[in-house]
Amino acid sequence: MSLRPDLAVIAAHVATGARVLDVGCGDGELMAALRDGKGVDARGLEIDAGNVAAAVGRGLSVVQGDADTDLAGYPAASFDYAILSQTLQTARAPDQVLDQLLRIGTRAFVSFPNFAHWRVRLSLLWGGRMPVTPLLPERWYDTPNIHHLTIDDFRAFLRERRIAVEGAWFLSGGKATSSAAANFRAEHAVFLLRR
Amino acid sequence: MRLDSGGTLAPVEIAYETYGTLDADRSNAILICHALTGDQHVASVHPRTGKPGWWTRMVGEGKPIDPARHFIVCANVLGSCMGSSGPASVDPATGKPWAMSFPVLTIRDMVRAQALLLDHLGVATLSIVGGSMGGMQALSWAATYPERVRACVVIASTARHTAQNIAFHEVGRQAIMADPKWRGGDYYGADEPPAAGLAVARMAAHITYLSEAGLTEKFGRRLQGRDAKSFGFDADFQVESYLRHQGIAFVDRFDANSYLYITRAMDYFDLGEEHGGLAQAFRGIATRFCLVSFDTDWLYPTAESRAIVHALNAVGAPTSFVELRSPYGHDAFLLESPELNRVVNGFLSAAA
Repeated sequence: MSLRPDLAVIAAHVATGARVLDVGCGDGELMAALRDGKGVDARGLEIDAGNVAAAVGRGLSVVQGDADTDLAGYPAASFDYAILSQTLQTARAPDQVLDQLLRIGTRAFVSFPNFAHWRVRLSLLWGGRMPVTPLLPERWYDTPNIHHLTIDDFRAFLRERRIAVEGAWFLSGGKATSSAAANFRAEHAVFLLRR
Repeated sequence: MRLDSGGTLAPVEIAYETYGTLDADRSNAILICHALTGDQHVASVHPRTGKPGWWTRMVGEGKPIDPARHFIVCANVLGSCMGSSGPASVDPATGKPWAMSFPVLTIRDMVRAQALLLDHLGVATLSIVGGSMGGMQALSWAATYPERVRACVVIASTARHTAQNIAFHEVGRQAIMADPKWRGGDYYGADEPPAAGLAVARMAAHITYLSEAGLTEKFGRRLQGRDAKSFGFDADFQVESYLRHQGIAFVDRFDANSYLYITRAMDYFDLGEEHGGLAQAFRGIATRFCLVSFDTDWLYPTAESRAIVHALNAVGAPTSFVELRSPYGHDAFLLESPELNRVVNGFLSAAA
């Protein structure tokens, strides 16, 4: 089974035997990979009931809930890593969700699609239309992405909030892209953060 | 045995059924806890009604709880009337039924009696599955015997009875006690049980097990066996006829005093109160939990399950929770639900 590229980056950098909370874990693909490959004690939070049923069906501990409202109940520093993959841009209050992640986890992995990728820029510049790309397949009215951000937006946000970056990976078509050109060339980004 | 009330009960009889066999390392036992008016016949024909077991959708060959893989135990709760000690049992001191001199019980008393049964069966550690009041027992098991419970499935249940829950139960109890045939609970000799009161209690309770949408879909405002309103008080509407039937069918299989005692035990249930906070009830526990609620269940709504999940998360217990969609209200857990079966099967199959 091959993981989505951003999940593969995260899976490669989680320490063996760690305690992990996967926020927006979907059907538990990453959690299962971490459990089976690294003996990780993984817990998940997922909003979609069908996904939760699928994850529980794989023997994973997943709670149906909303990142915007249900993270407050988790104790501080109760996980080595809190993971938020491709979910930040769907949160009602992404800054508060990040605060919660860095409260609950000693470290946090955050991955998101980069809305400044060149294909997105072209679509808006030449087409004059909101971009529909393989990574952003929904149209403006049915997308769950309500807080569009770019890699440079996120970098600025981290500086403002004095959040330390322990690692950053930039991906385009599953391949790594350099940090310098990331805001133009990367389709999505993975950050490893620490308060 | 000692009871939460401070009293004692002796002798203690527990009627139970088992399915499947305990494996060599004694690791495949599952206790199924039944709801208020349930019994030990989880997957066998009910001796009084002749109907199939009450949870054959979950328990049986090829089902999530399978005698081919599991050693399944289901016991009639203490205080009930299907063979376990209850108000209809004979008090050896007097040679007559206990009636209202039977001690008031708690959910935890029921659980302690089940634990004695499992000791007797040679089962040390086990998984527990329960819906509604069965879910309360499952939670109480985990809080009382955390070292014995490997996995705990709590379906359509709650960690405490709310004022609304207590209120509905009180309506039922008052209906029974207002029936002149109840005679202060001493009706066993007369062979004239307070059937009318118990039927009304069941009718009121039955409404709480359904949803408005479910009732509308099933009955709407349709009339029963007539073309026009009677301008009287017959069961004009189908829903009236249905409820009356539910009430009448119930009195043939259930004891009115048992109904009083078990509803009381449910009303007294507040796991957080017993432990100085719900999270405290689970501190340090290694048990895996799976909670399921149904979106149209207004008896034990999703918020109640979520409160349990938050408490379990607070102590780091491995927990799964899902709210499933169903039009059928609280009773959904007993009905056909492939999603429920998928969740329970996956949860129970997972390596501990």
